[in-house]
Amino acid sequence: MDLGTLWFWLLGVLLAGYAVLDGFDLGVGILHPLAKSDEDRNVLVKTIGPLWDGNEVWLVTFGGALFAAFPEAYATAFSGFYVPFMLLLFALIFRAVSVEFRHKFAHRRWRRVCDWGFTLSSSLAALLFGTAVGASIDGVPLNARGIFVGSLVDELSPYALLIGGLAVAAFALHGAMFLRLKTIGELRERITRWAWGCYWIYLAAFLLATGLTLAFVPHATRNFQGFPWAGLVVVLNLLALANVPRCLMRDRPREGFLSSGGTIAALVFLFGVALYPNMIVSNPNPAHSLTIENAASSDSTLALMAGIAAIGLPFIAAYTFIVYWTFRGPVTPEDAATHH
Amino acid sequence: MDVLLLSRLQFALTIMFHYLFPPLTIGLSVVMVYLEGMHLWTKDGRYHAAAKFWTGLFGATFALGVVTGIVMEFEFGTNWAAYSRYVGDVFGSALAAEGIFAFFLESGFLAVLLFGWDRVGPKTHFFATCMVCLGGMFSAVWIVIANSWQQTPAGFALVEREINGIVYQRAEITDFWAMLTNPSAAHRLIHVYLGSFVLGAFFVLSVSAWYLLKNRHAEFARRSFTGGLLLATTASLAQLVSGHLQAQNVAEHQPAKLAAFEGLYRTEQPAPLYLFGWPDDERREVRFGLAVPGGLSFLVHEDFETAVPGLDDLKEDYGEPPVWITFQTYHLMVAIGMLFIGATLLTSWWRWRGTLWEKKWVLRFYVGAVALAFLANEAGWVAAEVGRQPWVVYPSLIDGELMGGLRTSDALSEAVEASQVLWSIIMFALIDLLLFAVWVSVLHTKITRGPDWDFPESAAAEGNMKGLLDAAADRPDHDRSLTEAKDGGRENEGGGRRDGSPPGTS
Repeated sequence: MDLGTLWFWLLGVLLAGYAVLDGFDLGVGILHPLAKSDEDRNVLVKTIGPLWDGNEVWLVTFGGALFAAFPEAYATAFSGFYVPFMLLLFALIFRAVSVEFRHKFAHRRWRRVCDWGFTLSSSLAALLFGTAVGASIDGVPLNARGIFVGSLVDELSPYALLIGGLAVAAFALHGAMFLRLKTIGELRERITRWAWGCYWIYLAAFLLATGLTLAFVPHATRNFQGFPWAGLVVVLNLLALANVPRCLMRDRPREGFLSSGGTIAALVFLFGVALYPNMIVSNPNPAHSLTIENAASSDSTLALMAGIAAIGLPFIAAYTFIVYWTFRGPVTPEDAATHH
Repeated sequence: MDVLLLSRLQFALTIMFHYLFPPLTIGLSVVMVYLEGMHLWTKDGRYHAAAKFWTGLFGATFALGVVTGIVMEFEFGTNWAAYSRYVGDVFGSALAAEGIFAFFLESGFLAVLLFGWDRVGPKTHFFATCMVCLGGMFSAVWIVIANSWQQTPAGFALVEREINGIVYQRAEITDFWAMLTNPSAAHRLIHVYLGSFVLGAFFVLSVSAWYLLKNRHAEFARRSFTGGLLLATTASLAQLVSGHLQAQNVAEHQPAKLAAFEGLYRTEQPAPLYLFGWPDDERREVRFGLAVPGGLSFLVHEDFETAVPGLDDLKEDYGEPPVWITFQTYHLMVAIGMLFIGATLLTSWWRWRGTLWEKKWVLRFYVGAVALAFLANEAGWVAAEVGRQPWVVYPSLIDGELMGGLRTSDALSEAVEASQVLWSIIMFALIDLLLFAVWVSVLHTKITRGPDWDFPESAAAEGNMKGLLDAAADRPDHDRSLTEAKDGGRENEGGGRRDGSPPGTS
C-alpha cells in the first residue's frame, strides 16, 4: 500500500472514531427534549459532561490530518462547503456553551435556552455531517484545478440531505444506546422506548438510503467489484443492525451500544469504499476529481506523519481508556445534582 | 468590500478572540499544578481548596479556548484555501501533530481534572492536572512553530506539482528538524509562555486584590496575592530579556517588521528608539515622538552607531506592512511590560516590608491590571501578525538568496464570495459577544462565590473516603473534625458554598 492510500484509510479511522464517539453525545443532544423533567435532563447532560470534549478532538485531529495529508482536498472541501461549514462551527460553538455553561447560572430561563441550544445544535451538527458525506458521495462540480465551482444547491441535493437525515437517526439511536448504559431506574425504561423508536426510524432511513444509492449513484458501489471483501463489512453491518433489537429485548446494554457504534463505523467505512481512490468526486465531470494521487502531500511528509501517528495513537488509546474508565458506571440523579 | 479585507478582518476577529483564552489557561494551569503539588506535599487542605477554586475558573476559560480554536482550524480551509494548498505539506503537519500530541492529552485529562475530584485519588488528580498543563504547553509548541515557520520559513523547498495538467507551486518539507527549529520559533515560544505566565499571575492578583478590598477570604487572598506576585515579578523580568532577544531576531530575519515596530521609514545611522509617537505614512516620519537617540542601534547591534535599515530601502524585497498599527501595538506591549516590571518590583518591596496590605490604591491597581495583561498579549500578537504583512509566508534568505514568500492577497479561497464572508463575520461577531458576556458572568459568579476556604484542613477537602482515611492517618490531631468534614465535604463537593460566605473569613 502506498503512503497516500495508507493516509486515506487512517483518515477513515479518525473519522470513524469521531462518528462513533461524538456520535453518541450528539445523539444525547438530539434526544434531550424527550426528557420531561429538569432532573432527567440533568442526568442526560451529566452522562456526556466529561466525555464530549475529548470526543470532539477526533474531529479537530481529522481536520488537521486532512490538511496535512491532502491539502488540496482540505482546501477544496472547506472553501467549497463554506456555508455548511460555517453553520457547523456555529452549531459546535453553541453546543459547547450549552453543555458547559448550562449549570453556571441558577435561572430557569437560562437553563431552558441551553437545553434548546443543546438540542438544536446537536441536531444541526449531525445533519450537516451527514449532508457533507452525502454530497461527497454524490460529487460536486469542480474545475480542472480541483476547485469548487458550484453553488449551495449542489451541496444540498436531496440525496445529500437524505444522508444527513440518516446521520441524525444513526446518532440518535447510538445516543439512546449510550444512555441505556449510563442511566438507571424508570428513566432507563423510558430511554429503552426511545431507543425502539430511533431504531425503526434509523432502519427506514437506512433502507431508503441504500436503495437510492444503488439506484441513482452507481459510482458509489463500483468498488465492490474491485474489493469483494468490502462486502463482508456490509454483512457485518447488517448483523450489527439486527443485533440492536435483540439487545434491547434481552437487555444487553453494552453489546447494544457496541452494535450501534458498529453500524456507524461500518457506514464510515462504506463511505471510504464508495470514495476510493477519490478524495472529492467531481460531478458532472469526473475527470476533474481530486484523487489520493493528486491531492496528497509529498511522500516524505506522509511518511513523517505516519511516524507521528504511530507514536501518538497508542497514547490516544490510553487517554481514551483512562477517561472512559474513570467515568464508567451509570449517572444517578444525585450525581447529576452536583456540578463542577 | 473585497474578499481580502473581509477575510483578514474575520481572521483577526477570530484569532484575537481566541487569544484571550489559551494564555490564561496556560498561566492558570501552572498555578494549579503548584497548588495541588503543595497540597500533596504538605497535606494542607487550604492548598486543595485554592486549587479547586482556580480550577473552576480555568474550566470555564478552557471551554472557550477549545471552541474558538476549532473556528481557526476551519478558517484556514474555508477562507484561505490557496494558502492551505500552498503550505499544507508544512504547516498542516504541525497542526496535525498538535492534534495528535497535544489535544488528546489535554482534553482527556481535562475530564479527570474537572469532573474527577471525587472519582480518583489526589495523586491521580495531580497527575491529571500536570498532564493538562503539559498538553496546553505542547499545544503552544506546535502552534508557535507553525506560525513561526510562516514568519521565518526554513527546512522547505518550493516544488512544482500538477493537477490535471495544470502546474502549480507549493512548499514541501525537506528537513523536518530545520522546520521545527526555524530561526524565530524558540524565541517566540518562550515569549508566548512568559506572556501566559504574566497573564495567569495578573489574573490571580486581580481576584486576590478584589477579595482583599472587599475584605473577604482574607487569608486565601493574601497568600494567593503573594504567590501571584512572585510569578508576576519573575515572569515580567524574564519577559524583558526574552523580548530583547526576540527583537534582535526580528531585526535579523524580518527587517521590515522591525522597521515598522519602530516607525523607521528611512535607514538611519544611528537609529533612534521611540518611546511613543505617531507614524505618518505620508510624511514618512514619526510625529510627536519622544526618542532615545541611537537607542534602536543599541537594541539591535549593541552599539550606538550602527545603521538600521528603514522601510524605504527594504520595501523592494519585503514590501511594507501597515506601520501605524504595528508601531502602536508593539509600543503598547512594551510599555505595559515596563509598567509591570516597575509595579511588581515596587509591590514586592512593599510586600517584603509588610506594608502592602494597607495600600488600598495598589490593590485597586491590581484589580484592573489584568486587563492590561490581556491587552499586552493581544497587542504583541497583532504586532507580530500585522508586522509581517503583506506576506502570509515571509520571504526567507536561503543560502544567501532571498526566496519569495506567499502574499496574503494570493492566499485567499478562490471559491468564496464577499457576501459569504460578510455574513459569517456578522455571525461570529454576535456569537463572540455572547460568549464573552457568558464567560465574564460565569467568572463573576464563581469569583463572588469564592473558594471553599476554611474546610477543617485536609480531611474534608479530599471529598472521598480514601482521602478521609489518609488524612486521619497522617494527622491524628484532626480526628475531631472528621465527622463534620464528612457531611461538609459532600455538601460542598459541587465546588462552592451557594451563599458565598464561608464562615470565619468574611
